[in-house]
Amino acid sequence: MNLFRNVVFIAAIAGLVAGIALACMQAYATVPLILKAEVYEKAGGGHHHDHAAATATNNNAMSSAAPADNAMSSAAPAPTEAAAPAEDEGWAPADGLERFAFNVVANIVTGIGFALILVAVSEFAGGIGNWRQGVFWGLAGFAVFTLAPGLGLPPELPAMPAAELLPRQIWWISTVAATAVGLGLIAFRKSLTLAILAVVLIVAPHVVGAPQPDSFETAIPEGLHHQFVVAVTLTDLVFWLVLGAVVGVVRGRFTGTATSLRGSFA
Amino acid sequence: MNTASVSLGASVSSQSRIMQLALAALLGIFVVGFVGFSHIDAVHNAAHDYRHSMAFPCH
Repeated sequence: MNLFRNVVFIAAIAGLVAGIALACMQAYATVPLILKAEVYEKAGGGHHHDHAAATATNNNAMSSAAPADNAMSSAAPAPTEAAAPAEDEGWAPADGLERFAFNVVANIVTGIGFALILVAVSEFAGGIGNWRQGVFWGLAGFAVFTLAPGLGLPPELPAMPAAELLPRQIWWISTVAATAVGLGLIAFRKSLTLAILAVVLIVAPHVVGAPQPDSFETAIPEGLHHQFVVAVTLTDLVFWLVLGAVVGVVRGRFTGTATSLRGSFA
Repeated sequence: MNTASVSLGASVSSQSRIMQLALAALLGIFVVGFVGFSHIDAVHNAAHDYRHSMAFPCH
C-alpha cells in the first residue's frame, strides 16, 4: 500500500493548507452573509429551515462573528425580540468561536477529501508534476464541483426556498459526475465523437434541470443573495487553485526523494 | 505504468496501482459525502456554514 500511503500523505498536506485558507476566506466573505440571512430567517419564524442556530444571543453572534459586517452594503433588519421557538433540532455548535472552530474542521476534513479525489484521479493521468499543472487541475475541480452544480443550484442562504433536499442532492451528485467524465473525455481522449459525447454529458443535467422550489418568494434581499453567490464562487475558486498548486508542489518534492530512495528500498 | 513521468508508487504493479488509487478516491468521496451530504442532524449543524459556503444542497 505504498502508493495509497503516498496519495493520502500528499492529500493530507494539500487539504490542510487549502482547507485553512478556505476557512479564513469564509470567515470574511461568506459566513457574515449567512449570519445576516439567519436574522431574516428568525424574523420569518424559521419556517422549513431545520438547522439549529443558537436561539439566544442573536446580537452577540452578529457582532462577534461578523467582522466584515460593515463592509456589506445591505443592511440587516434588527433581530426580532421574540425569536421563534426552537424546534427539536439536535446538537449544534454555539455561535461564535465554537461555530467557527467547527467550520474550520469541516473545511480541513473535506479539503483532504477533495484532495484525495484530485490526487487519485490525476495519478491516472500521470500525476500533477508541478504547481502550474496543479492550477489547471484545480480549475477543473472548480468547474466540476462548484461551477457545474452551481448553474442549476446556485449557492443558497438560510431561509431561501428550495426543493426537497434529497432530489437536489441526487441532481448535484449526478451533475458533478457527468461534468467530471465530460471534462476527462475532452482532456484525455483525442476522438471527436467522444468530445461530442462529452459536451452532451456536460449539458445534459442542465437540460433535465435541477429540482426547483414551488415558489421563489423569500425575505432574503436579492442583493444579499447575489453577494453570497459571488463570494462562494470566488472563495471556492481560490480554494481549488490552492489545492491543485499545493498538490503539485508536495508531489514534486515527494517524487524527487522517492526516485532517489527507490534503489535503497527496492 | 507510466514510464515517461515519475510515478508515486514506482514499484507497484499496474493492477495494484489502480486498486490503490481507486481506494484513495473512494475514501475522498466518502469523506466529502459524509460532511457535505449527511442527513444526521448533528453532522449537518456542525458543518452548516461550510455546506452553505460550498454550495452543497442544504436544508
